[in-house]
Amino acid sequence: MSIFIDRNTTVIVQGITGRDGSFHTRQMIEYGTRVVAGVTPGKGGQKFDDAVPIFNTVAEAAKETGANTSVIYVPPMYAADAIMEAADAGVTLIVAITEGVPVLDMTRVYPFVKERGARLLGPNCPGLISPGKSKVGIIPGRICTPGPVGVVSRSGTLTYEIVYQLTRAGIGQTTCVGIGGDPINGTNFIDCLTAFEEDPDTKAVALMGEIGGTDEQNAAQFVKEYMKKPVVGFIAGQTAPPGRRMGHAGAIISGSAGTAAEKIQAFEDAGMGVARRPLDFVELIKARL
Amino acid sequence: MNIHEYQAKEILRGFGVPIPPGDVATTPAEAEQIARRIGRTVVVKAQVHAGGRGKAGGVKLAKTPEEARDVASKILGMEIKGLTVQKVLVTDAAEIASEAYVGIILDRASKKPVFMVSPAGGIDIEEVAAKTPEKIMRLPIDTRYGLMPFQAMELGFFLYPEAAKARAAAKIMKQLYDAFMANGASLAEINPLVVTPNGDVIALDAKMSIDDNELDRLPKIAALRDESAEEPSEVQARNANLTFIKLDGNVGCVVNGAGLAMATMDLVKYYGGEPANFLDIGGSSNPEKVVNALKIITADPSVKAILFNIFGGITRTDDVANGIVRATKQNPLKVPIVIRLTGTNEEIAVKILTENGFSAMTDMDEAVQRAVQLATGGKAA
Repeated sequence: MSIFIDRNTTVIVQGITGRDGSFHTRQMIEYGTRVVAGVTPGKGGQKFDDAVPIFNTVAEAAKETGANTSVIYVPPMYAADAIMEAADAGVTLIVAITEGVPVLDMTRVYPFVKERGARLLGPNCPGLISPGKSKVGIIPGRICTPGPVGVVSRSGTLTYEIVYQLTRAGIGQTTCVGIGGDPINGTNFIDCLTAFEEDPDTKAVALMGEIGGTDEQNAAQFVKEYMKKPVVGFIAGQTAPPGRRMGHAGAIISGSAGTAAEKIQAFEDAGMGVARRPLDFVELIKARL
Repeated sequence: MNIHEYQAKEILRGFGVPIPPGDVATTPAEAEQIARRIGRTVVVKAQVHAGGRGKAGGVKLAKTPEEARDVASKILGMEIKGLTVQKVLVTDAAEIASEAYVGIILDRASKKPVFMVSPAGGIDIEEVAAKTPEKIMRLPIDTRYGLMPFQAMELGFFLYPEAAKARAAAKIMKQLYDAFMANGASLAEINPLVVTPNGDVIALDAKMSIDDNELDRLPKIAALRDESAEEPSEVQARNANLTFIKLDGNVGCVVNGAGLAMATMDLVKYYGGEPANFLDIGGSSNPEKVVNALKIITADPSVKAILFNIFGGITRTDDVANGIVRATKQNPLKVPIVIRLTGTNEEIAVKILTENGFSAMTDMDEAVQRAVQLATGGKAA
């Protein structure tokens, strides 16, 4: 088993003919993902790489193919509309890769998607992968291997680093989820922890957080109250100076709320394992399997 | 992006918020002229992107134009939290009967802009929140509907029991909200909102921060950026599409991805070193970005060793390798460099590097330890 995506996942790519969209569509297909449609307004009726039908709208693509998932590679100023279009078309999982979406746009998108019962992952996220089954997004397939660990993270390349170290040590993953670094995103740590707790194949969870906000503290509280499976956590930005933006809009410390020390303390209070550096995940996870 | 008080006030005036007259000056003579034009007691305020200006001596009253000139000459050039004051705002010193706080903050928890208002204004709102939370009203706004008139009135009556003042405040709430939304703000604050002795409700101070992701579609707002108020190396990095923050250590870091960049800095510290900077070259790399990154890092004299940590996903490691070779041909390095790269096109990257006399590592921990060792002259490890 896995969470959110598996072999039954059928995918629409919004922005399939763009630079990033086309590159990653090929990567997804090569990995075995069932990409069933693409959307580029004005290119409806054409085919991508002579194989994937392109539609003008998501509604059409969803109706014709019955796809249950959409992945978004459109430019930031159009991303909000693209997400709402997908939700309105009835797909149940929307993965928004686009970086740089205005946060005020997301204040309208979030309730719109929620009211239609869809799950949004991102924006500004690397997507997710269930090794050996399906990948939706940009996580490099070759660093992953099937196994018993659920991975959830706020960042991209840091996730790759840790997944790579786990894989090298022979520890595989059920699903790796990048929830993204923006202040307003669709799926949070608790959504993923809930799913991992229910997934019979996941035996332990690796969670990578960052400075800023209180998502990690809320996750720790959830682990303490509801989770039977072991969770190991890490916080990036332990040496970051307060009040400075470190690339991810989310990683802003203001005052005392959201410091690394506070989050690590919350992990410890919840009885979680705490990785002081990425490499520590290997031993801490091994000891809990 | 932070904008100055005088810029925020100009924006709010455009939305109808009552604000006493004032203008910005870069010289004492200009300050004197503005004070003469206002013709009453003025307040001279340092325009820097830092809080606590008053405590630092950056805000002073002046009863006459001559005094305004005098005060401005003291404040201009002053350092507040490491930033040099280049501009002062000279504005009418309104008389104050009472002070309140009004703010809108983009809140991650509720995923909405949230109004925070308090009749206990003029002071540190964090302190009010900690000591007397009942004096703060919080109201999340659904941006699909906007601030509704009844909500604006609720906020107004929370500040003032008298209907006339509550109405005046409600009108300002609406104007502040409209300015917040139209300018892609992540924060907009009036502190203090004051009642004058004759009962007028006016804004004496204003602060706005803009979401950087909005700047592409708001060119007028983007043009408000004051590069003279920022660290020069950070300006240079932004213009090269790099995210860079200068720190105090001696290990210069070049990393792809913000999370990995922070984790790399943490690891430098873990192994006994101090990072000189945060630098994220971003996702789709090209060699030119690496050249610019190295330029910025080598310009910092405190950097004693350079550490590259690249995990190739979208980023092609051969692009990074080519960038390193190109940059060091243009400007030979004076400090040692440690290169760790793995992922997309790793074999090609290693070949490029070794052919040009560099060695490449694949393990992050080993690379960080080596860089720390080199930066500290082999003392720590």
